Amino acid sequence: MTRLTIEASTPLCLLQDAGRFGVRHLGVTQGGAADGCSMSWANWLLGNALNAAVVEITLGGFAVVAEDDCLLALAGADLGAQIDGQPLAPWRSFILLKGQILRFNQPLLGARVYLAAPGGFAAPKVLGSSATVVREALGGLDGMGLPLAKGATLGYGGEALAVREVPLTLRPDLAAGTPLDVVLGAQIGQFSGQSLFDVFNSAWTLDSRADRMGIRLLGKTLEYQGQPMISEGIPLGAVQVPPDGQPIVLLNDRQTIGGYPRLGALTPLALARLAQCLPGAQVRLRPVVQEVAHREHIEYLQCFV
Amino acid sequence: MNPRIEVVAVDCLMLRLFDEIAEANMPWMLAASERLRTAFGAQLIDLVPSYTTLMVHYDLTVLYPAQARALIAEALIDLSPSTRTSGQCHVLPVWYDLSVGPELSLLAERSGLAVEEVIRRHSAREYEVFALGFAPGFAFMGLVEEILAAPRLSTPRKKVAAGSVGIAERQTAAYPVVSPGGWNLIGRTPAKLFDRHRDGYSLMQPGDTVRFEAVSHAEFIKLGGDDTPLEALA
Repeated sequence: MTRLTIEASTPLCLLQDAGRFGVRHLGVTQGGAADGCSMSWANWLLGNALNAAVVEITLGGFAVVAEDDCLLALAGADLGAQIDGQPLAPWRSFILLKGQILRFNQPLLGARVYLAAPGGFAAPKVLGSSATVVREALGGLDGMGLPLAKGATLGYGGEALAVREVPLTLRPDLAAGTPLDVVLGAQIGQFSGQSLFDVFNSAWTLDSRADRMGIRLLGKTLEYQGQPMISEGIPLGAVQVPPDGQPIVLLNDRQTIGGYPRLGALTPLALARLAQCLPGAQVRLRPVVQEVAHREHIEYLQCFV
Repeated sequence: MNPRIEVVAVDCLMLRLFDEIAEANMPWMLAASERLRTAFGAQLIDLVPSYTTLMVHYDLTVLYPAQARALIAEALIDLSPSTRTSGQCHVLPVWYDLSVGPELSLLAERSGLAVEEVIRRHSAREYEVFALGFAPGFAFMGLVEEILAAPRLSTPRKKVAAGSVGIAERQTAAYPVVSPGGWNLIGRTPAKLFDRHRDGYSLMQPGDTVRFEAVSHAEFIKLGGDDTPLEALA
């Protein structure tokens, strides 16, 4: 087993994978990397299964020291990573020699970066996944849902490949203001005509009330005119509108069922981009029908083949 | 029943079977769940049942939206209500006491019943498990007698003890773990509602039935209950 020791961490540094599946009917949330796209690229760089366990570092404040020579990979936000003070850009695999320190400082571009290791970081699977869900006390290094803590050891047992980069043309552009695609849902027709115009024709500002359960968007007040709803299953990326008329996009740690009306759900790629936005950032929403979103997602998956 | 299939996400469809919460929905919901699990097989990623709906999360790398829609429609052909032989009946011991269920007095006041009568009536019925959600193993059950119905607290508690039994409108539930909560608390159960080492993890599953049984403080402790008063948790 190749090892790293955590020198610094925060409650926002978590072991994650793609999340828990087959257990939603028990009230267990999905969990998993908030930017699933960057997690996949971090794993791809090492020839891992795309859903192997990675470290999700949000905003920075994380550091590891190598106990052995390591080959690691980084994808997602630029959090000002440095190896012994030398800058390290994401979207590549790299060598961290025994004794070297890899440190993540502060967000320069994006919010979350994914650190991967050959074969994935070793962790017990709880209900089929190592994803850390603090609220549910599931996953993580000890299986009890704790964030990564200073002094803990990260280990992996996979074989190292040669160092490589994600081709430039395939890297998600975190700086681009591409609108976020929303697959239109069944209640879309029950919002006022003005609201439907406003949703897709005005800018939305990310509120500071944002976590792995949901991100609140501030902007024009949306008006739902339908009947009150009975709680029902909530998909990843659902855009729900509570009575205050300000939408909330639901992320990986969302509740499994809920009763607010919905505009629809962000596509996985749109959600990955939203997860890289900091509070105060502006986003725009764009309607898309399910068939088109499906085709685009299949095309995206071809990138990894 | 008037089934409709609705789009909810790139890889999820909602099957809407009913428009109101009712105990009579359950045999149909269970039958539809079973049919969908069979129809989708390995292409089913998650099936999320709630009171009137079943959300189907399928593998989009294998199925086009139209194919998933067709599978759901086919699965519903000649659907008949489940005979419910699969649902288990659970008896949950509950220590009904003001120190762990402070809203016992509120419910007594609202209903004009004595506290003992509130307890008797809550534990007299057999409840259906409509859905699991909110937290792992948190079962939404009902329906409680109309006279015991009460709205959620206007300000939810920051901390509700594990095992707390509560009422919200005509539903009742028990909190599997310490969590925030706005239900009217009336007692506490020592039962372990969610256990990662148990087969199926959750004690209760949708379609199961539950009866609450009043137990003494001594029995509650003997069964492993934690009698820390609610206010000591705050």
